[in-house]
Amino acid sequence: MRRVVSILLVLALLTGVLGVTSVAAAATTEFPRSQTLYTGGKQWGPPSNWNPFMTGNYATGTIGLCYETLFLYDPLTAKFTPWLASSGKWTNSTTYRLVLRPGLTWSDGKALTVDDVKFTIELGKKTTLNFSSLWSWLTSISKVNSTTLDFKFKTALYQEWDNYLYNLPIVPQHIWGTRSLTDVATGANDKPVGSGAYLYNTYDQTKMVWEKNVNWWATKALKLSVAPKYIIDLVNTSNENSLGLVLQGQEDLNNNYLPGISTLLTGGYALHTYYPSAPYNIAANTAWLDINLQKKPMSDLAFRKALAYGINVADIVSRDYNNMVQASNPTGLLPMWNKYVDQAVVKKLGITYNPAKAKQVLAAAGYKDVNHDGYVENKDGTKITLKLIVPNGWSDWMAAAQMISKSAKAVGLRIVASYPDFNGYLDARLKGTFDLAIDNQANVSNSPWTYYHFIFYDQLKDIPTTQGGNYGRYNNKTAFALVTQLDKTKTTDLTAMKAVISKLQTIQLANLPMIPLWYNGMWAQMSTTYWTNWPSSVAGKNHYLPVTWNGYWNMTAILMLTQLKAVKQP
Amino acid sequence: MRRYFGRKLLIYIITFILAVTVDWAIPRFMPGNPVEILIARAGLKAESAKLIYSYYMKAFGLNVPIWRQYLNFWIALFHGDLGVSLWLFPQPVMKIIKQAVPYDILLLLPAILLSWLAGNKFGAYAARSKWLDNTISPLAYILQATPYMWLGMLLAWLCGVRLHLLPFSGAYSNAMMPSFSWSFVWSLLQHWILPFASLFIVQFGGWAIGMRNMIIYELEADYSHYLEALGAPRKLVRSYAFHNALLPQITGLALQLGAIVGGALATEIVFSYPGIGFLILQAIQNHDYFLLQGSCLFIIIGVLLANFLIDLAYVLVDPRTRVGMQGEG
Repeated sequence: MRRVVSILLVLALLTGVLGVTSVAAAATTEFPRSQTLYTGGKQWGPPSNWNPFMTGNYATGTIGLCYETLFLYDPLTAKFTPWLASSGKWTNSTTYRLVLRPGLTWSDGKALTVDDVKFTIELGKKTTLNFSSLWSWLTSISKVNSTTLDFKFKTALYQEWDNYLYNLPIVPQHIWGTRSLTDVATGANDKPVGSGAYLYNTYDQTKMVWEKNVNWWATKALKLSVAPKYIIDLVNTSNENSLGLVLQGQEDLNNNYLPGISTLLTGGYALHTYYPSAPYNIAANTAWLDINLQKKPMSDLAFRKALAYGINVADIVSRDYNNMVQASNPTGLLPMWNKYVDQAVVKKLGITYNPAKAKQVLAAAGYKDVNHDGYVENKDGTKITLKLIVPNGWSDWMAAAQMISKSAKAVGLRIVASYPDFNGYLDARLKGTFDLAIDNQANVSNSPWTYYHFIFYDQLKDIPTTQGGNYGRYNNKTAFALVTQLDKTKTTDLTAMKAVISKLQTIQLANLPMIPLWYNGMWAQMSTTYWTNWPSSVAGKNHYLPVTWNGYWNMTAILMLTQLKAVKQP
Repeated sequence: MRRYFGRKLLIYIITFILAVTVDWAIPRFMPGNPVEILIARAGLKAESAKLIYSYYMKAFGLNVPIWRQYLNFWIALFHGDLGVSLWLFPQPVMKIIKQAVPYDILLLLPAILLSWLAGNKFGAYAARSKWLDNTISPLAYILQATPYMWLGMLLAWLCGVRLHLLPFSGAYSNAMMPSFSWSFVWSLLQHWILPFASLFIVQFGGWAIGMRNMIIYELEADYSHYLEALGAPRKLVRSYAFHNALLPQITGLALQLGAIVGGALATEIVFSYPGIGFLILQAIQNHDYFLLQGSCLFIIIGVLLANFLIDLAYVLVDPRTRVGMQGEG
């Protein structure tokens, strides 16, 4: 027996040693805290690829820290900043001339030239990439001279083109040119070589490590220098865990929705948010109610109007979100797009919470409580029970769904909150089997066109595969045509843009294909324990976006890094 | 001997095929389609998403009939190919599992072996002492019935959040990369203690109770009374009782393995410990068919292998099995 025991003990010990040796394989590294910026909030799984064409899946910072775009876009000022490009303009209605900045280099020392730009965009013609659809309206790219390219278009979609200018990453031809097309489209692109401010250092299951590129072109060209030597992006495990890390100052910038941050700001923690008071965060997208128009009674406009009157958004904002969000404008346009809101149209058609009006509209349309159970019935007397779906685990939305259900009850509508898992929720929307759902997929961008393209997405049959939006299946050819017309409107022609958008707003508010609710924020909790000079709304401070999500580095978040200052540790 | 192992092997093979089939089928009964999630996360422009959708459906072999997918799965399996993860696209499932397995070994083997040893020793000891039996045994009953996850959260809250004694998330410090340095090993150990403890404590309770009951039963058996009547020293009687009581505990270990692995999954999730359990949760949440299949396959093989080893151990420990086999041969 004793022998068995000792054998087992030795075995246990051996596995321990074995475990340690198999885990410890890489070279020694420990990152000095004072030179390291810890971020979190984008990565929900270990880094798995650095392929900038695999949007949504690539490791944090792949576009932004490593690969760069031609321009940066600042949604707060609605301005483009030349980045890899030094300028760009339309020379005629279908030709765009791009001039590249001189002296650009890749991190391996080779020069970044117009050939790389041309090569990158042409990759989308050769294989299926996330921007391949560009080639249905782009005809050709021709090299004018060593720094200039001409893009010739069949149809110039000005709004969309501007969107590409700050979202398309440029990759080096000398590396990507030798790869198979499958590898280009779906390869992991280990150890990426980019042009950006940071170099790939290492990664493991819990983090991605970027190291400062001392030879970054912008240091010479724009006198910019990023402050942190290392950026370590931590993989999210849970919101509780993230909150703990931020409060202890172990995570410097967190981009998760952490409930209760507003109450912690004054709690003696070294916490910072963009706005010092409500709503604390810049608006990132609009949360709205998807309404399935293929089903009764949602197909009835009067019913939708009653529903819109019956939702108490202010209650959700104050009690569910603790004022960390703002109620949406009836048009659903984000605050930075305020200039596009046609106030006259909103005044005439906009609907806000009004329970008495909701009851009145229901009664007038013939929805009556026949069986006196407190809820109205269909016109033919059958019961109405609508399911409102939100993904399970999205606690703020789950609470909001309950509140919507409660305020609907007060006007006699039976809405039951339901929480399928994310895929179930996604599937119900894609196949159009849901009744009601909360949605927020149209993010901030250079143009309200992206928002209208989403809510008035016109390829109704393709929704299950394209996820193009319009999950309620609103069908209005006039609206669809207006969205295309908007896309073809020059971005410099504000009057023309406003005219089209005003028409779209009229259609939206009069027909209610969806109901805008509130603005979700660019959640950003910053700790001032190790780094200061964070972006802030306060005058005199920098107004860059403190967000590490995909697509935000190129919306000025990269400039935030140039402003940070390390705190002297005692 | 050959017949004994032949029969065992056949049972193992049938179990394996059934388990793997269930493992393959279950994720496919979930509503929705994993490529939808992949696309949803990418936030693509609609026109591009359409192209990408068919591209991925083909790449993952999801565009062929379901029976064909099943067949392809077995063919790939025999080539040692577990497919490509959807969640961590384009990493191969095998690579992801390989990164996770060391943590499972680190956590599970010591926890299982040490708790079994310590629990049995303690149980046998407690059966002898009225005082211990009245104090620790009830505690062991409670521990044994404690869900792993609950104890894990309690430990994390107490030792981690309240007392700041130990880290309670991840496998080592965020400021480090794995290396052969003392600071790394120390960090690894610190992060290991709480998940290990929550597994160890629960299992310890179970084994202690089992052993205590067995010893009391064995001491009442005829052979014990006979030995006592012959005037054998108490220590000798105890030692025989312990040996006999150990046999059902070994069987118990085989039976418990599945539950222990299940418990380890919960523990890993609580402590964000990057083992297979953590992967399985993520794979389910992300409808990652291939990662889920691969991880479960690994657990199936692990549990079957451990059972087989216990079968072997049984032959060594219980002379009756050996005699029986010789008789057959």
